[in-house]
Amino acid sequence: MAANKIHAIYTDDDLLLQAVKQTHSKEYEISEVYTPFPVHGLDEAMGLKPTRLAITAFLYGLVGLSLAVWMMNYMMIMDWPQNIGGKPSFSFHQNMPAFIPIMFEMTVFFAGHLMVITFYMRSRLWPFKKAENPDIRTTDDRFLMEIEVADHNVDELAKFLYDTGASEISLIKNEEDI
Amino acid sequence: MSSHYEAPIREPLVLGDKSYHDISREIAAPIEGKANKSWWIVFTISLVAFLWGVGCIIYVISTGIGVWGLNKTIGWAWDITNFVWWVGIGHAGTLISAVLLLFRQKWRMAVNRSAEAMTIFAVVQAGLFPLIHMGRPWLAYWVLPIPNQFGSLWVNFNSPLLWDVFAISTYLSISLVFWWTGLLPDFAMIRDRAKTPFQKKIYGILSFGWSGRAKDWQRFEEVSLVLAGLATPLVLSVHTIVSFDFATSVVPGWHSTIYPPYFVAGAIFSGFAMVQTLLIIMRKVLHLEDYITVLHIEYMNQVILLTGGIVGVAYIIEYFIGWYTGMPYENYVYLSFGAATGPYWWAFWALIICNMVVPLTLWVKKYRRNIVWTFIVSIIINIGMWFERFDIIVIDLSKDRLPSSWAMFQPTFVDIGTFIGTIGFFFVLFLLYARTFPVIAQAEVKTILKSSGEGYKRLRAKHGDDVSHAQNVESYPADAGPAANISYKRFENVIPYERGAAGSSTSDIAQAREAKINQLLDSVGRFDGAIQTQDDLQRIKGIGPVLEQQLHQIGIFTFDQVSRMTTKEYQLIKDIISDFAGSPDRDDWAAQALMLKNEK
Repeated sequence: MAANKIHAIYTDDDLLLQAVKQTHSKEYEISEVYTPFPVHGLDEAMGLKPTRLAITAFLYGLVGLSLAVWMMNYMMIMDWPQNIGGKPSFSFHQNMPAFIPIMFEMTVFFAGHLMVITFYMRSRLWPFKKAENPDIRTTDDRFLMEIEVADHNVDELAKFLYDTGASEISLIKNEEDI
Repeated sequence: MSSHYEAPIREPLVLGDKSYHDISREIAAPIEGKANKSWWIVFTISLVAFLWGVGCIIYVISTGIGVWGLNKTIGWAWDITNFVWWVGIGHAGTLISAVLLLFRQKWRMAVNRSAEAMTIFAVVQAGLFPLIHMGRPWLAYWVLPIPNQFGSLWVNFNSPLLWDVFAISTYLSISLVFWWTGLLPDFAMIRDRAKTPFQKKIYGILSFGWSGRAKDWQRFEEVSLVLAGLATPLVLSVHTIVSFDFATSVVPGWHSTIYPPYFVAGAIFSGFAMVQTLLIIMRKVLHLEDYITVLHIEYMNQVILLTGGIVGVAYIIEYFIGWYTGMPYENYVYLSFGAATGPYWWAFWALIICNMVVPLTLWVKKYRRNIVWTFIVSIIINIGMWFERFDIIVIDLSKDRLPSSWAMFQPTFVDIGTFIGTIGFFFVLFLLYARTFPVIAQAEVKTILKSSGEGYKRLRAKHGDDVSHAQNVESYPADAGPAANISYKRFENVIPYERGAAGSSTSDIAQAREAKINQLLDSVGRFDGAIQTQDDLQRIKGIGPVLEQQLHQIGIFTFDQVSRMTTKEYQLIKDIISDFAGSPDRDDWAAQALMLKNEK
């Protein structure tokens, strides 16, 4: 029974956070926590690594900026230079100030959208995706901690979780084993 | 000191003793209930206005923009006025969600969702006008830089009008994505509460399968923060670029270097006015007074004061420069002695009174916190900001350098119809939104409940800052009994509490029961058969004939009484009625009763 899990439900975020810290310090493995809202400090308490989405946003922004620079240079300077309002388009650096709005907008457009798409892909969110929260109350006011049973004694583990303030506990048997 | 500490001097942002569940319930209530009569009336009026606008737009496109009141001198008028007005209104939403997020303002949580919705709907209206103005909207794709039949003659990237295309489409799409990402957890909440399979399906699709994992939340917060960081300069860039449409020209009154900051301030000014207009009605109709409080309204009024002040100073500078340049043309620009006394004097004074004079009343705290007055001021500012754009465009053009070509602008029914049509469209979208979307970001409000909720503030005031904030929630076993595997699971709070089993005398029980009934009626109100009529309580799902009779015996007869019940009252009922067979928490009697009460 390798992959059995225990679901412990808490009614409060402070209780949950305290329980997560205690469980973590006992070296039980917390595989997931489902909460109805972001609980401050939960990711640290669980030992989650910081997300790198901000870095991706910066890189995507660079892509957008580069694309805008290339586009302005190609369209306005190389491909079809025009003398617009007495301001000839013969070199990029002289005309660049007029392209700043486009460069800025493209940077924001690429950084914002690609970051959000990355987030949706990484967190597996898209239309027609089935929700995976094990108890529907976890989007309302319950907090669910999922612990790997591994080779711990189930009864001991359950007792420990009750002592951390869990209001409900259930053993989830891995279907493959049954 | 607890981590939820907030200075006691700060007023609560969430009123009442709310639990997390109360927040879910009250924010889901408008979606789960039926629309009342006034909603249908307003919706019908908006729809008619919208259809009228559609008719006008079809007429313009099939006949040509000659059907507008434009003439040789005034080549831009209501179309661009309306465009700038709507774009300006569309600035408050992203300002609230982005700038206030960076400043960690907790009060934004209650208003950001609706402000962002308003932003998106307003930008949609704004986008219509340039599209119609093209005359041949089916060729709108010509503004995109795509290879074309002219040997790839590219669009002119030196033109602010093209910058507008990029700025507004970026703004619209980023706002939409920001809005939707924030909506996912709230749609998930509605999905998990949904009773009908249809609702469950729809909100399941809308929520993108949001499950609320700790990692998802970590990413969610990071994405919100980065989007806010991106959207903050974006929101400033959009109206800056709109102002460039005028500022880069050589028309007196238009080529002004203060336009970008002045336009941005004006946009936020008008946007907040529109947010006030919408939210003051919405909080009342949807019973969200506990979430959108007078304090929220005061904060928004302070933003209006600040941005209105910037706008006022800009007006004075424009007026001064118009005089100081000594140019005869400048004496006819929209802020000048010539405009104040010329044929457009009424538009000049409408601008000054609506945007500079009336908002000054908000310096007085009493007026700032007066909801009716705020509503009136917000309408006046909306009108004033429309006149600002009208003045800039029409007055500046009306007297050009050649006195023989001076002219006035006369709107036709098509101009008026199109404008009214966009107002109708805007309200159609907003009304549909208010019925189907969670109008308050409930997940975010839950994060500030313990620091800024009234109940918790009272708790800290009473028991000190170190008091435990843990919620003591009435629990019920999960229906499917997932806990079945554990033999010694304990549901302390569902173990039936046998009253009287300990051998107390019957009179004691009767007395205790009487006291509880009194306590219950004290909090939900007493029924007076002489002046009130009883409601059909069986319309509440979960109340059958037997239960109704039991409730009548206690003295509960109306929806009004039921709607005031909370977990405490439910528990009292459970204690009073010995063979109680209902589940008021799960069926959410109070929310249902509230809905039925409003239907009457």
